[in-house]
Amino acid sequence: MKAFARLLERLAFTAGRNAKLTILSHYFAATPDPDRGWALAALTGTLDLRQVSPSLLRRLAGERVDAQLFALSYDFVGDLAETIALIWPETASNAPQVTVSQAVTLLRETGKLALPAAIAATLDRMTPPERLAFLKLGTGNLRVGVSARLAQVALAQGSQRRVEDIEEIWHGLAPPYMPLFAWLAGGEKPEAASAAPFRPVMLSTPVTPDDLPPLDPADYLAEWKWDGIRVQAVSEGGLRRLYSRTGDDIGAAFPDLIEAMDFEGAVDGELLIRRDADVAPFADLQKRLGRKVVSKAMLQSHPATLRLYDILTWQGQDLRPLALADRRARLESVNFASPRIDLSPLLPFATWDDLARLRAAPPAAVIEGVMIKRRTSPYVAGRPRGPWFKWKRDPMVVDAVLLYAQSGHGKRSGFYSDFTFGLWDGADLVPVGKAYFGFTDEELVELDRFVRKNTTQRFGPVRQLAPLLVVEVAFEGLNASPRHRSGLAMRFPRISRIRWDKPAPEADQLATLRAML
Amino acid sequence: MSLKAEDVLYPTETGLYCAPGDFFIDPMRPVPRALVTHGHADHARPDHGAVMATRQTLEIMAIRYGADFTRQRQIADGATRIGGVTVSFHPAGHVLGSAQILIVPDNGPRIVVSGDYCRVPNPVCAPFEPVACDVFVTEATFGLPVFRHPEPLAETGRLIASMAEFPDRPHIVGAYALGKAQRVIALARAVGHDRPIAIHGALKRLCDYHIEQGIDLGELVSASDPGEAQLVLAPPSAFASPWVQRFRDPVLSYASGWMTVRARARQRGIELPLILSDHVDWPSLTATIRELGPQEVWITHGTEDGLMRWCELQGIASRPLRLVGYEDEPE
Repeated sequence: MKAFARLLERLAFTAGRNAKLTILSHYFAATPDPDRGWALAALTGTLDLRQVSPSLLRRLAGERVDAQLFALSYDFVGDLAETIALIWPETASNAPQVTVSQAVTLLRETGKLALPAAIAATLDRMTPPERLAFLKLGTGNLRVGVSARLAQVALAQGSQRRVEDIEEIWHGLAPPYMPLFAWLAGGEKPEAASAAPFRPVMLSTPVTPDDLPPLDPADYLAEWKWDGIRVQAVSEGGLRRLYSRTGDDIGAAFPDLIEAMDFEGAVDGELLIRRDADVAPFADLQKRLGRKVVSKAMLQSHPATLRLYDILTWQGQDLRPLALADRRARLESVNFASPRIDLSPLLPFATWDDLARLRAAPPAAVIEGVMIKRRTSPYVAGRPRGPWFKWKRDPMVVDAVLLYAQSGHGKRSGFYSDFTFGLWDGADLVPVGKAYFGFTDEELVELDRFVRKNTTQRFGPVRQLAPLLVVEVAFEGLNASPRHRSGLAMRFPRISRIRWDKPAPEADQLATLRAML
Repeated sequence: MSLKAEDVLYPTETGLYCAPGDFFIDPMRPVPRALVTHGHADHARPDHGAVMATRQTLEIMAIRYGADFTRQRQIADGATRIGGVTVSFHPAGHVLGSAQILIVPDNGPRIVVSGDYCRVPNPVCAPFEPVACDVFVTEATFGLPVFRHPEPLAETGRLIASMAEFPDRPHIVGAYALGKAQRVIALARAVGHDRPIAIHGALKRLCDYHIEQGIDLGELVSASDPGEAQLVLAPPSAFASPWVQRFRDPVLSYASGWMTVRARARQRGIELPLILSDHVDWPSLTATIRELGPQEVWITHGTEDGLMRWCELQGIASRPLRLVGYEDEPE
């Protein structure tokens, strides 16, 4: 548990992706089975543990620590699990170290009545970092910023296997993943044991108008790029699953769609909220994401639908080696027999200019550009450059004023690189978003210099800036958001240009942004 | 008639005042006569009429404020008579030169003003010496039971392990210029890091002074020309300055007792928090009070509520002095 605790601590404080990968792959290399497998499960959220409630934790602490000292400490530390991990009285225990496996087994198998005493006895055998790791496991909240995908990349990094191959078998495996680690070390490939497995998805690369002329339009198919969620719907051997593009099973939140998946195969498409022919904006889809239980009213008002553009397997046959045009023909020949499932139409075009005109005037607001796919392309995992392109619509832009800055991490240590910007609302500047990227390294140096010269106040690590510098902020979409003071939330905002030339009073009004909604 | 403790020593706006001796201890403002426990800037201030302190504290003050930091100085050496009291200085284990001050009135209680102190062996200063007393005046910087500082060598081991895990990334450790910086260096040496260590310019004079005092810090180089040095020490304030920009993809670390609390590390954007303190943690603070067995505990500054509650549970009389002007743990 000591190594696991150290791992969680390093991950929690490390922002950089590469550094996280290094830490993870070193951990997997140095930790024996089955501990590393349980750790992998804890990080990727595939553990089903008994939930330890905050009230149980408080009660345990109350038995060991004076209530007033505990209250003072909790006020100071601010996090319940952390307070208990730190304040738990040390007992001179000669018991051997608790392993991750033992901790997981305890949280999986202990009955409700025996749980409090079992947790207390385990805490007695631990150091403070171990206690924190154990309690975070129990409260189901590691918060270390590791996705299943990141963990898989780390596993691939330390082995000869490709991350796509790991993804392919991932959903057929169960903790503590010993066959997986054996295979990573050069052993036998585990059977993809589960029915309806996830197939690693094929991704596109961005394209600009300048890239297109050398390509022959006749070699390509084009479709709308929908602003929903890319999903893989798999219905095989009586099992139905809906996977996100990273392979997370999100079916529980979409029982209405699962019910409609009455076929034998694996198809690729866009998850959309659609009311008859009208596709709802992304914000409507967001309301249904991540729910464990979906209310009847929500199922009625926000019906989930699937708009397909590819077919990976059908009736037990793997279609991925076929050319896209052939797969498309197979897809069009299927009757899905549900109003919830339809096909993403192909766009008619003879020249790239034709396509540019379509892209410029999409028939619906939830279209965020066009996809361009080579007719001959087989379905391959990952993001190969060439067969599939995304040609997004031009981003929305506003000219905003920099208001606050905070320094970055890793390569950006010492540079003010995280910015909050605002728009005019009468005589006031109202914060409307934050941007961390979009500028070049040279521009970062200039922005940093600006921040240092124009700080009016400091709040801990945050600097308030004199409202002098205008930046052009590009973003992909806009949602109404009651949680933000401006009432608006941008998607993927970034600083696309620094307007050293533009006086702050000439930056955009909040009303201008509202009108874009 | 015997004097009461609160007539011998009491808090004023300027700091702790000893009436029968007519002197202040660690005063915030210039006074005619000051007794100074140690060289940290919030305890040792310039421009007093006369300063009595250990030789090393006086020398550190001269380095920081110039040779004319006071009109008169007196090296504490054995028991010394000042007015109606006898004072003596005893090692506090906090930083080089740090001392507790024992005040013995002719007719009254023995009072120990411990200043800042630490019980963990520290390679850069003399260890804390327990001094029997009736009134123990203590800090409570880490006066809550959540503060249990881990073994310093083990914490240093984490730093060394991170440098091995990321051999291409410089590790910049934020450490206060007096005491903490030299301790981090000495600890790194103790766990076998024998490569040159780079130091920020603001640390140079005090590192040089430690070396003059016979403390081995190994090879130190300037952080402006670090060469192959992977370990860099700087005052934490340097993290917010463009100075840090010269390093490529550094791991920012910070050596402080506050790093126990994750939110503190996160607020500062620290990637590698090291829990390393020159103050007593809760177990040693409470163990020290038990060991000395004073009739009364007076608390100068820190999270006194926690310690007062503990004293109450132990049946020991305690009293907060609520001295202002001392930083939690200075930078």
